[in-house]
Amino acid sequence: MIIPRLALQSLRNRSLTAVLTVLGIAISVMLLLGVEKVRTGARQSFADTISGTDLIVGARSGSLQLLLYSVFRIGNATNNVTWKSYQDIAEQPDVDWIVPISLGDSHRGFRVLGTTPEYFARYKYRRGQPLAFAAGAQFNDLFDVVIGADVATALGYKVGDRVVVAHGVGSVSFVEHEDKPFRVSGILAKTGTPVDKTLHVSLEAIEAIHVDWQNGMPAPGESVSADDVRKMQLAPKAITAAFVGLKSKLATFRMQRAINDYSEEPLSAIIPGAALQELWGLVSTAETALSIISAMVVATALLGMVTTILTSLNERRREMAILRSVGARPTTILGLLVVEGTLLTLAGVILGTLLLYISLYALRPVIDRAYGLDVNIGLPSTSDLTILAAIVLAGVVASVLPALRAYRLSVADGMMIRT
Amino acid sequence: MSSLPTVEPRRAEQSHAHIGSDPAIVKMADLRFTWKGPSAFSLAIQDFVLPPAKRMLIVGPSGSGKSTFLSLLAGIVTPNEGRVEILGTDTSTLSSAARDRFRAEHFGIIFQMFNLLPYGSVIDNVVLPLSFSAKRRARAEEKGSVEAEAQRLLTSLGLGEANYRDVPASRLSVGQQQRVAAARALIGRPEIIIADEPTSALDRDRQIAFLDLLFSEVSAAGSALIMVSHDETLGSRFDSVVRFDDIAVAERATA
Repeated sequence: MIIPRLALQSLRNRSLTAVLTVLGIAISVMLLLGVEKVRTGARQSFADTISGTDLIVGARSGSLQLLLYSVFRIGNATNNVTWKSYQDIAEQPDVDWIVPISLGDSHRGFRVLGTTPEYFARYKYRRGQPLAFAAGAQFNDLFDVVIGADVATALGYKVGDRVVVAHGVGSVSFVEHEDKPFRVSGILAKTGTPVDKTLHVSLEAIEAIHVDWQNGMPAPGESVSADDVRKMQLAPKAITAAFVGLKSKLATFRMQRAINDYSEEPLSAIIPGAALQELWGLVSTAETALSIISAMVVATALLGMVTTILTSLNERRREMAILRSVGARPTTILGLLVVEGTLLTLAGVILGTLLLYISLYALRPVIDRAYGLDVNIGLPSTSDLTILAAIVLAGVVASVLPALRAYRLSVADGMMIRT
Repeated sequence: MSSLPTVEPRRAEQSHAHIGSDPAIVKMADLRFTWKGPSAFSLAIQDFVLPPAKRMLIVGPSGSGKSTFLSLLAGIVTPNEGRVEILGTDTSTLSSAARDRFRAEHFGIIFQMFNLLPYGSVIDNVVLPLSFSAKRRARAEEKGSVEAEAQRLLTSLGLGEANYRDVPASRLSVGQQQRVAAARALIGRPEIIIADEPTSALDRDRQIAFLDLLFSEVSAAGSALIMVSHDETLGSRFDSVVRFDDIAVAERATA
């Protein structure tokens, strides 16, 4: 067929504006799809962080705060949970297992988490996947430390290396537990969760490095050597939070109520899934705003295309008159312009998708390192494809506008050439 | 000059249009056309007849309504009153789609200039009308492929060198473009060739050369030619010369 070929040649004749139009659409598509990717990536990434834990117990606070500091290592606990309360909860008949965590120290910007060896068996992520060791094993000695995958890569640690823990959670710390160095006993495999950025030690180790401290500072002249510490009783007095697994899911709400009503100490128990849901509720407004803005950008790009085609019509009245003179119907001319708009949109959508995948591929490690967000580069999802199809459809509909004008012009001009 | 009354059953003419029982291939009678809008303009044609295979020159100054006349002839516009009979068909009764198809089947049209799609190759420009008319495509294919027929026409019109066919039309000189336009009008041998001031962009020598080529190809195709021009000096080469004022009365609102 000669007509589609001429339509393409006509488009090539105006290649600069055509390329710019396609580029505009491509960038907008890339933005919209990229926002969508990051959105689902973030959601998935967050939801995958903790799995298999029925309740998280901490000092009385908002459920979001508890979730953020216990699971995501964002922010700090306002208060601790006493060891006695921990033991009370552990003894409840509904409780299957309980893993304490103790936060507050750091190592070169990475959080240090004190816990029990059970942590490595009970902590699950990504739909029930357990933690695995890439090298070494869990801590056995008081001064053993198990490091996350990112800690190992970022700091270049191997099993057997010496690590000094600092007090506080800043990346630069002035008070270090220099007298009690740790040895790397194991390195965890990459999980894509905050575990990767954490150093794990035993609860006793947390106690040990603070044994000669008073009021958050080393007590002057009372330093206790590492060897002496080993001989001391290092029962923890308090923990930051605890992960709880129940024998039956049915007991979840009963147990949660019991902990919230605990009379000895103000505590909070949260259901991780419910707290995540709450987090989405908070974030969804921003997400929606982002999506709306991206959709607006796509609309702007399509509007740009319509404008470009409309302004080209005056120069193309000759083309239309010639086609009319050889017997083209006005509807043929309408069709030509709709085809042109469709082709431009389609090219933009395809190019935009390609650009997105190329940049995702290039930026994925950067995003992961900077935000701990592992964006999934899989094939476009059904919802992605729906969005792309909707954009093409919008392009077709938008190109009807200049096409109708061309139709009217070609009816009015007939085969008379106006230049 | 026609022995038939103006209101004649169409069937009789239709089947014999080419055989010659009725010599007219174009008949306009009692026709009136008005452009609507602010610059109202109307054209009245009492009686106009074109016999088959004749070459007619219509002479008139620019702005006299010649273009409107040609639009009526080609079925781009329809008269408010009266009839336009082409090859025995009253095109004013056809639907607009049917008129477009009819134009593709039976007319070849050459404009003053800017005849070609500038980005299309020479060969694509020549075979363009065949996309809209199966009959003309069939005729163009009688002696082989449509490309061969297009090449034959280009060669007869003095664009024989093979390197022209794939060149974008915009690279050709004005004279060459007019010859490509002639080839496009002639391909598939339509019954009527309309030429609207086709030589006015050419100098005198090339006008003559162009008309010679056009005439010989029009004769070879057996088509009739209606050419409008403001230049009376070309008249000697035509079978008949008509003054536009004699066939049509144009009225322009002076307001």
